[in-house]
Amino acid sequence: MAESNRHMRVEILRFDPDKDEVPKSQEYEIPVEEDWKVLDAINYIKDEVDPSVSHRWSCRMAVCGSCGMMVNGEPKLTCKTSLADYEGSIKIEPLANFPIVRDLVVDMDGFMDKFRKVKPWIVRAKERAEDMENLNEKGTYSQSPAELATFKQFSMCINCLLCYAACPVIANEPDFIGPAAIALGHRYNLDSRDEGDRGRNEIFRGEGTAFSCSFANECSEVCPKNVDPAAAVNQAKLGAVVDWAKGLILPREGA
Amino acid sequence: MVQVSRHDIVIVGGGGAGLRAAIAAAEANPDLSVALVSKVYPMRSHTVSAEGGAAAIARDDDNLELHGFDTVKGSDFLGDQDVIEYFVENAPRELALLENWGCPWSRNDDGTVATRAFGGMSTKRTWYATDKVGFHMLHSLFQQSMRYDNIVRYDEYFVSKLLVEDGACQGVAALEIRTGEFHAILGRSVILATGGAGKIFPFTTNGTIKTGDGMALAYRAGVPLKDMEFVQYHPTGLPGTGILITEAARGEGGFLRNNKDERFLVEYDYGVGDKAELGPRDMVSRAIIQEFEAGRGFENRYGNYCAVDLRHLGEDHIDSKLPFVRELAKTYMGVDPVHEYIPIRPVVHYMMGGVDTDINAATDLPGLFAAGEVACGSLNGANRLGSNSLTECLVFGAAAARSALDFAQGASEGDQARLVAQVEEEAARVDALRGNGKGNEQISALRTEMNSAMELGCGVYRNQDTMQVAADETRNIRQRVGDLHLKDTSKVFNTELISALELENMVELAEVLALGAAHRKESRGAHTCRDYPTRDDQNFLYHTLAHRTEDGPRLGRKEVKLGHWEPQERKY
Repeated sequence: MAESNRHMRVEILRFDPDKDEVPKSQEYEIPVEEDWKVLDAINYIKDEVDPSVSHRWSCRMAVCGSCGMMVNGEPKLTCKTSLADYEGSIKIEPLANFPIVRDLVVDMDGFMDKFRKVKPWIVRAKERAEDMENLNEKGTYSQSPAELATFKQFSMCINCLLCYAACPVIANEPDFIGPAAIALGHRYNLDSRDEGDRGRNEIFRGEGTAFSCSFANECSEVCPKNVDPAAAVNQAKLGAVVDWAKGLILPREGA
Repeated sequence: MVQVSRHDIVIVGGGGAGLRAAIAAAEANPDLSVALVSKVYPMRSHTVSAEGGAAAIARDDDNLELHGFDTVKGSDFLGDQDVIEYFVENAPRELALLENWGCPWSRNDDGTVATRAFGGMSTKRTWYATDKVGFHMLHSLFQQSMRYDNIVRYDEYFVSKLLVEDGACQGVAALEIRTGEFHAILGRSVILATGGAGKIFPFTTNGTIKTGDGMALAYRAGVPLKDMEFVQYHPTGLPGTGILITEAARGEGGFLRNNKDERFLVEYDYGVGDKAELGPRDMVSRAIIQEFEAGRGFENRYGNYCAVDLRHLGEDHIDSKLPFVRELAKTYMGVDPVHEYIPIRPVVHYMMGGVDTDINAATDLPGLFAAGEVACGSLNGANRLGSNSLTECLVFGAAAARSALDFAQGASEGDQARLVAQVEEEAARVDALRGNGKGNEQISALRTEMNSAMELGCGVYRNQDTMQVAADETRNIRQRVGDLHLKDTSKVFNTELISALELENMVELAEVLALGAAHRKESRGAHTCRDYPTRDDQNFLYHTLAHRTEDGPRLGRKEVKLGHWEPQERKY
């Protein structure tokens, strides 16, 4: 790689629970290349300056969802964020609204529990073996391009958690199930192959779920994949209400 | 203090193959306990980065014989034909199951699953979900796996040793990355599904987690590695980063162009007319290098490159079929393929070789199974066809689960005290490595040295002398990896320590790869040796086996299982 003349001051939030009472900031002055992403700067520091800096990353192509961090106070996917967008100095911190494990690594177990709660899988009334009349001779369900289009956008979530870091409700109400989990539950509600919406709507009507959302829209603004979780939350609310109203009039069926 | 947990099946790796195996095992019997151990959360696994599609016959103009022969021919006749037949037969059912589990496959107007053209495939049999197929498959599998209460996940646990007692694999030693504590995760059988090892090379499509851990684990436990010299260079990676531009870009009608703006592949005769760009990856990668050597490559700060040209497809087609290609080209190359060429060059993508397995995904070590890129069941031979590997994860992930369940039924629980003692010993070894300031080798410097040796010796075109140099250098690097200098003494999420363990794994594999390459004095599939430019069935129609010894790899041979497809000249 060509020698670079440009230098940058990179400030990283450091925290090791074995040694530190509170997180502290550490500054690094490093040479940078014009085409670097923020992640490249962190990796340079890790490899050449300070190997104790801890962060998560893998694909460096904005699809594995590992490298979400706060960059100058905004949640960003660091492999997708150009260093050239920042002048002179940059401040990198772990994603907001999550407990810090160490340095730039956050504890995401809470999200994993919320994620599972919305039953993010196809629910069918019958087991596959009893469901054969709904499958074609190739063993697949029929789904038109239009039916696919109704949920496709919400299936694009890479679980990077930027939306949780941006969400003003989570900040005050940590148990709020949150934008990504609602979007993923809603994605299955919209899927023509799924029959589990009743169950998910009950979850959406429960405490700390869709109705906690104040519709601030920050989640959709920071989403690096244009999933638009705010739209999903709003649609999920509506679906849950309609389902509840139907329940008042009609007798309940199955799941 | 080592923590002990006991399961029936222990799966290492949470990508396509590991998740498929976990679901198959969990489904088979709700009373079984299935451990899924991964150094990352499963949805971060590198399956996520696959783009173009997954192959299985679906159309009326297709059949098992065609898919089988395409795969055999693509393998340059080094594929085992019984394995290939099993694969093509089971492929359609596996992809249909994934559909049932919610994978958003792209559709035809009549509601059936759509298929697209791919290199070396004689008809459209590649199922796709736009150009994010690996992402959608991985997330569908992971989300499906969450419904099973009997899958117990160990997220962010690094497996550093297989536990072998009484001649059988009975569990793993795993470092919990968050706490730095070791766990003995015991089972009646173990499945490796840790993916490939692209990171032994400097320029690769692979994510940073692709460090060949499972291959090294098996190799150290005495299981041979097979055909490691066969490394797939994908023709189209972005210069600098190595980010993949999917083969679907060509499948959807894109052209490759040189600096004279010529569709140069027309001259190479890998396919006629519309199919000129649809040659297999090994051949197209060689054609690009030949263009560079003839002075017909473009040049930028990263060296020579050619171009993918999608402009004639139009914005609507690009956005509906290749939206991720457009996003990647814009974000990482600063070009919009609707109006501009996408710069590309061949890039390390996939290991055809791996842990030697049979048609049942079983290794030589009782109780140990392997599936996906970590394994070499010889589906892919000397060159894998694009879109066969995602399906391979499913077909052989499921097969590994069945085999592991069969084995587990007859297996005893093993001697827990001896197994735990092994983990204590491993914990002591890793504790000594953590923050070890006495060593002399810097991790990143030694990694760079290994990367350079591999790039020089084991590229698209190889020479006998440079392969030998790579073999010598990697041996030297392997000997020095015991002298690493570490600075981070913390037990909490110590990624420097993980990097050291990963480097230990990679240097073992690099040596096997370079040595295997130097010994194969012919050109077959992805192994192209300038000194021996033709295939030599007389002397080299065999699999290379590498056994570990203290002095380095000991090479041996294994017979190729031929069948009703006779070896013939490989022409397209």
